[in-house]
Amino acid sequence: MSEPLLDIENLTVRAGEATLVSKLSLRIERGERVGLIGESGSGKSLTALAATGLLPAGLTAEGSVLLSGQQVIGAPDRQLNGVRGTAAAIVFQEPLTALDPLMRVGRQIAEPLARRARRDGETLSRGRLRQAVLSLIDEVALPTPERTARAYPHELSGGQRQRVAIAMALACRPDLLIADEPTTALDVTTQAEILRLLDRLVRERDMALLFISHDLPVVANTVERVVVLQRGVAVEQGPTQTVFAEPGHEYTKSLLAAARAFDAALEGRA
Amino acid sequence: MTTTPEIALAPSKGRHSLALAAGLVLVGLHVGIAILTLFWLPYDPAAMAGGRLEAPSWLHWVGTDRLGRDLFTQLMIGSRIALLVGTGAVAIGAVIGVTLGLLAAFASKWLDDALAATLDILIAFPTLLIAMLVVAASDTASLGSAIIALGVALSAIVARLTRILAKRVLVMDYITAARTSGTSWWGIVVLHVLPNIWPTLSVNFALQFGLAVIAEASLSYLGLGAPPPNASWGRLLQEAQGTVYTAPIGALAPGLALLSLVIGVNLTADGLRDTIDPTRRR
Repeated sequence: MSEPLLDIENLTVRAGEATLVSKLSLRIERGERVGLIGESGSGKSLTALAATGLLPAGLTAEGSVLLSGQQVIGAPDRQLNGVRGTAAAIVFQEPLTALDPLMRVGRQIAEPLARRARRDGETLSRGRLRQAVLSLIDEVALPTPERTARAYPHELSGGQRQRVAIAMALACRPDLLIADEPTTALDVTTQAEILRLLDRLVRERDMALLFISHDLPVVANTVERVVVLQRGVAVEQGPTQTVFAEPGHEYTKSLLAAARAFDAALEGRA
Repeated sequence: MTTTPEIALAPSKGRHSLALAAGLVLVGLHVGIAILTLFWLPYDPAAMAGGRLEAPSWLHWVGTDRLGRDLFTQLMIGSRIALLVGTGAVAIGAVIGVTLGLLAAFASKWLDDALAATLDILIAFPTLLIAMLVVAASDTASLGSAIIALGVALSAIVARLTRILAKRVLVMDYITAARTSGTSWWGIVVLHVLPNIWPTLSVNFALQFGLAVIAEASLSYLGLGAPPPNASWGRLLQEAQGTVYTAPIGALAPGLALLSLVIGVNLTADGLRDTIDPTRRR
């Protein structure tokens, strides 16, 4: 199993005449942590959705996307459902809409857990499933697992909901975790907590990570390699340190300068 | 590790279940009477039990009709017919409508457009007209054909509502999240779509229950509903028409019976929705 987990080659996403992602190539090996960076509208989220074959209706993808060796582009849902979750799971930006408002948190985590168990040919007893749910809730550092499992999403804060969403993704035991701006909708303190949590989980579970963000400092400490996306085109990629220290492309420079100016403004030096 | 605040769970029992209780009592009363009519009736509903248009008395609780038949007995049978018509028509409308609506919501754009246009055309026809066409298409007018006709007529509205509600749910992130984790379409329908559209659908079903009962009365009036000796409330109303000034109780009683059942069903549906939807438990 030396094949890459995710192998995107010449991916082009179109909406009618408009090209949203153009000839993007991206490869993620087992256990690797990669950042996908760009301003909003640069095609980051579309790349994540295309990677799992979940592009919204009306968008077409060309090129090749191999997820765990399975060609995603053009494959029917029936075939893709087998690799979804197992190969990759996604944590979304907006924790408000990422959870089913009518389902208790424990049940929402239990669903993917049970599905993964069925795939592995195991049957989980009620008690074992419950134990697994509680330990996942504990793993994402939510308080009092017993109570949390019985809560509905509207009874949780934004940060707590995002932790539940992360627990749901973990329940699939994916080889690759795709985090699509997971901290953007949260306040700064909560952002830092969620980032530390993701970083810890990815290392502990030895998962590969595709971290999508518009915020450079956010990814800097978490990922080993970054790909910079501008209007659907990958303008620069390389090891995080190199790209940050010696940005080669004007766009990367402007993103970095903007982030620095923002930091400076926050510290009152500007 | 972190100091996330405690989670405050809302009380799991709603307090305004008073409406639900009242609704259940009203519906329960009608169901009880309907079951009773299968075993026992105070009088033979088709036979003369007293004088014509008698006023209410101990012998005849709501009097007699213009043929001297006991009205209370006919009202009791009416409960049974109303429940059969309401439940049957709504159930048929729900099965056809929800299936079509979900199909449209999940279908490709072309099929969705075609279904939506067809539904809009169907809805443009009055419900009663469609029901009459369906009854006319079957050989004889019977209670069964009336129920099927009303169910078919109601299904277009259910389908359109389901389609719109389901589409609104399908764009939510939790559906995409469920799909990325490998949930099948069937799983998404059962786990996420149906529970999330049910609260709104159930209110619609309660309304349609009342509509169906009233529409059956109209069908009966036109001779397309349940034929005699099925004493539907609609037929009682129609028969009381000529004597409404001399013996108003004949029209008042079936009207009140109809009202109490429709209110009961609406209260029950409202109450049930509140117990399903956790965000409404305050």
